[in-house]
Amino acid sequence: MSTDVAPAAPAAGAGEPLAVQLRGITKRFPGVVANHDIDLSVRRGSIHAIVGENGAGKSTLMKTLYGMHRPDEGEILIDGARVVFHSPQQAINAGIGMVHQHFMLADNFTVLENIVLGAEKLHGIGEAAGRRIREISKQYGLGVDPDALMEDLGVGDRQRVEILKVLYRGARVLILDEPTAVLVPQEVDELFDNLRELTREGLTIIFISHKLHEVLAVADAITVIRRGTTVASVDPREVTARQLATLMVGSELPSPEARESTVTEVPVLSVADLSVHTADGRPLVEDVSFTIHRGEVVGIAGVEGNGQAELVEAIMGMRPSTGTVTLDGADISAWNTRARREAGLGYVPEDRHRQGLLLDAPLWENRMLGHQTEVPNARGWLLSNARARRDTARIVAEYDVRTPGIDVPAGALSGGNQQKLIVGREMSHTPKVLLAAHPTRGVDIGAQAAIWEHIKRARREGMGVLLISADLDELIGLSDTLKVIFRGRFVAEADPATVTPEQLGLAMTGAEESDE
Amino acid sequence: MSDVPAPGLARRLDWRRLLPRIIAPVGALLLAALISSVALLISGDDPLSAFSSMVDYGTQPDSVVDILNKSTDYYIAAVAVAIGFRMNLFNIGVDGQYRLATLLSAALGAASFLHGVPGVLRIVLIVVVAMAVGACWAGIAAVLKITRGVSEVISTIMLNYIGGQIVAYLLTTNHLGVQAKGSNDVTTPLLPKDSWVPGIPLIPGSPAQVHGFLIVAVIVGAGYWFVLGRTRFGFDLRASGQNATAAVASGVNARRMVLYAMLLSGGVAGLVGMSQLLGERHAYTSSVGGLGFTAIGIALLGRNSPVGIALASLLWAFLDRSALILDLNDIPKEIITIMQGTTVLAVVVAYELAERLSRRAQQRRVGTVVAEPGTEPAAERSEVHQ
Repeated sequence: MSTDVAPAAPAAGAGEPLAVQLRGITKRFPGVVANHDIDLSVRRGSIHAIVGENGAGKSTLMKTLYGMHRPDEGEILIDGARVVFHSPQQAINAGIGMVHQHFMLADNFTVLENIVLGAEKLHGIGEAAGRRIREISKQYGLGVDPDALMEDLGVGDRQRVEILKVLYRGARVLILDEPTAVLVPQEVDELFDNLRELTREGLTIIFISHKLHEVLAVADAITVIRRGTTVASVDPREVTARQLATLMVGSELPSPEARESTVTEVPVLSVADLSVHTADGRPLVEDVSFTIHRGEVVGIAGVEGNGQAELVEAIMGMRPSTGTVTLDGADISAWNTRARREAGLGYVPEDRHRQGLLLDAPLWENRMLGHQTEVPNARGWLLSNARARRDTARIVAEYDVRTPGIDVPAGALSGGNQQKLIVGREMSHTPKVLLAAHPTRGVDIGAQAAIWEHIKRARREGMGVLLISADLDELIGLSDTLKVIFRGRFVAEADPATVTPEQLGLAMTGAEESDE
Repeated sequence: MSDVPAPGLARRLDWRRLLPRIIAPVGALLLAALISSVALLISGDDPLSAFSSMVDYGTQPDSVVDILNKSTDYYIAAVAVAIGFRMNLFNIGVDGQYRLATLLSAALGAASFLHGVPGVLRIVLIVVVAMAVGACWAGIAAVLKITRGVSEVISTIMLNYIGGQIVAYLLTTNHLGVQAKGSNDVTTPLLPKDSWVPGIPLIPGSPAQVHGFLIVAVIVGAGYWFVLGRTRFGFDLRASGQNATAAVASGVNARRMVLYAMLLSGGVAGLVGMSQLLGERHAYTSSVGGLGFTAIGIALLGRNSPVGIALASLLWAFLDRSALILDLNDIPKEIITIMQGTTVLAVVVAYELAERLSRRAQQRRVGTVVAEPGTEPAAERSEVHQ
């Protein structure tokens, strides 16, 4: 944990009027409540951090503030005046700017061209615009050269261009969505210097992150979001990373019942020295080894982007890797994805829209997906549509998929029901090992409990599970063994019976000097 | 809520999806007729009399035979395109594929070393070779895409030109061509009479016969429906087209799928010239070619469905045929081109609209059936007994 927590300007923004206020914001999507009863007060000239786990509802909230969708309930006040945004353009006009996590810049354009794109009316596209850009750059110490070509710039420079882009459009409130995710540590420090410079000039920064030590280093105020609602507003000078982690992940465990272990001595999936590299040789997963026994849930904790997704895809055979994977005694390292699935690997992908469903296809075709070579979906080369349809009706009933019928396109269902269908489909083929990546992400609380129950039941029946989740309660509650992944390596192990969410949270952020 | 959906409900839902899909093309056709009417009015002609003369002429027995024959070619070509479309592959090279296929198979069929072969066998040989050549030519684009990442749109267009040049080179008297006495046309040698596919006197009142190859078109359509809807391969292909990453996660080998789909598309494309070759001209003539691009429009119009493409092919052939009467009535027959163009445009737009409407209707429907979950995350486990 970083000990040099010294906000540059103590009490920055204190006593200033409120720049942004959100009162009772609730946003529902079909079947899911993404935000409810959000209260947030941001003082002018301050850096206000919003922290929470992935899927806690930070992005939904910021999209609401930026006018990308309208809240179902609640109100937004800018400088004390109530506003209703119908589009981001209206938010921009009200002085709110968003710096997205993924840069929206054209490589073959110059900095100037990128900045004026879409805002040509302000200062034209010529020298006047260039002058204005230099002016802003100087005022806030951004060091941006309007004539540089975008493709020559590094990541840190690009981010400054993105910041300048919103300043150029007259933003007084800047929303930064996970700005440090793409930066190396030195660039993070530079960014924080820039941000402090901006607040000195009277701008307001809303900083979204889940990296606690960064938040503590830079923020003047912190609001914590958990499961879609604001659970606390704290002063960074009076809170420790540990306390913050507890607030973020919550402390109530999902399954307080006495843990009856179903772990056996029979290994079902063994991974040895598995490594995944990018095309240019950078390691994404390095020498990872572990064994899952029958009836065992192995949980992997880690901040997203530390190799979890790559690890799962490598085990599924969707991504080239080195090392050996053994499933129930058979070396499947050289097998393709289909063979691995047929051999008994079940897969609940982390992004169900990208990897798990055909959104335009009816439910019964989605029930076949991933198992289109197996009974009841096919016999030899032929599909058996009628059987698949019957079995889909069974899954819909058994897994409580709320739908008017099995001919409904999967895209019409809510996230929770889509996920129940996926879980039902994978479980229906009695996998030897289930790879479940964020199985309850974006799922309402009822579906969450149901999915947990299905995983537990299958575990009792001898299935092995590799569980990846950003929800520490879920990890601790379901896992028999916990491993912590950081930068593609297993850096720690924990016993879910004794570990606390905050200990786990600290290990995940790479803070190895935790006092265990 | 009952757990197992009632069958009646499911059927009604199906209608909700189907109805817009039927209304869309009909509405688009009316729109296209409207625009053509405006064009007719501008050029000083009476749209109603023009349309009625088109219908009169287009429904005469001779016209019907011609329409059926033309739509046979259109249909096969459009199915070839549709196979690619179903997995988001744009095979724009149908033209080059079937020209090359027709030329080579025609030359082989007429080759002297095959003279002893019985006619039926020769027909089979010609068809198989044509499909193989078409598949190979399309396969080049597939290999380029798989190994080098070349967009099949570009490569198939280029292969059209290359194929055209190869055909021009081979179809000379030095190579595969012969020149009939008193003619400027260079063709391949005439096929022996025993390998001509006889026509079918299907339409009473017309001396002309429908090409026997019509049956093959029907078989192609049935095969297309069966392979896509009833086989694992078809499922993999459709899944790849709908969501490539999900298909890969489901175990589809994406590269192999590109190759197979392209080979299949090219193979079907190889059949396009067969009805003319075996049923009418009995030799490769320079008039072969030009259907590839029309086929793209027809596949779009028919929404890649076997029945839809059939209807679209018939419509297209009808418009082609009825254009002839307009000339006789001193109405510019280009009006037909306008109509064909606006039909495709209007249909594509209308389908997209219908798709969105039906999707929204579905979502509303699901929304009303599914109970709103509690807003409180600490809600009791209400899902246990629903």
